[in-house]
Amino acid sequence: MTCHDALDFLDDYLDGKLPWGQRIAFGLHLGLCRPCRDYLDGYRKTIEASRKAMSEQAVTCCEQLPDEMVQAILAARSQLPRADRPE
Amino acid sequence: MESSTSETETALVAALRAGEPAAYERLVREYGGRILAVCERLLFNREDARDAVQETFLSAFRSLESFDGRSQFATWLHRIAVNASLMKLRTKRRHPEQSIDDLLPTFQSDGHRSDPGSRWTNSASEISERRETQQLIREKIEGLPESYRNVLILRDIEELDTETVAEMLELSPGAVKVRLHRARQALRTLLEPIFGGASK
Repeated sequence: MTCHDALDFLDDYLDGKLPWGQRIAFGLHLGLCRPCRDYLDGYRKTIEASRKAMSEQAVTCCEQLPDEMVQAILAARSQLPRADRPE
Repeated sequence: MESSTSETETALVAALRAGEPAAYERLVREYGGRILAVCERLLFNREDARDAVQETFLSAFRSLESFDGRSQFATWLHRIAVNASLMKLRTKRRHPEQSIDDLLPTFQSDGHRSDPGSRWTNSASEISERRETQQLIREKIEGLPESYRNVLILRDIEELDTETVAEMLELSPGAVKVRLHRARQALRTLLEPIFGGASK
């Protein structure tokens, strides 16, 4: 297996979906190839760091909808055609 | 696997279907913050996100009868928010996308890496701990071509499965997998100068 081949297996490897034979070959390649081990490590950290950066945003900016937005949505609801508005 | 609707959600849905005004306000206040966050993550623009939030709730009000309780109500609402955001993106799309190829790893003719790159010495938590760094990561994600960015956000951030993302973006599951893989590689390349501390 080359580094190029190994790259194609990254996602299935991380998802635990790599078939047994390919998992063995991939593991052997990683054991022998420091650049691919480092690449995998950075790839995994990219996913984790982006998840954290994007979910932090949710926590800090948007815990609650501003009151004027709530009122605007409720006002818009009252303008819906009656068929779309259970009453 | 998502669980079905909780008793609290069932009661809320029943009150909504009965047209109780207090239930509508409760729905908007209880779920609004999370829905705004979803829309902002996809749209990277506060005003567009606000429009998408409003469209999400109006769309939910209109289609309450179609909610069958097999999924959680929050999950149902989340998908409406994603669709409203994607619709907003479609109406705004103006520029042809740049190629992502320059951000992908390159290989020699024998299949070995052309550039071994550097080792990322910090953990993901350390990497993304600081507010400035989180902002930087968000800017890098925002900088990805839209067709790749959407797949990355829907799969890695919103944690939707491949089949759901494929349906939402009108792609095959295989195309979603390919785009996700390329988007992750491109983002890794964009983050490398910032986080790749130790050279070999």
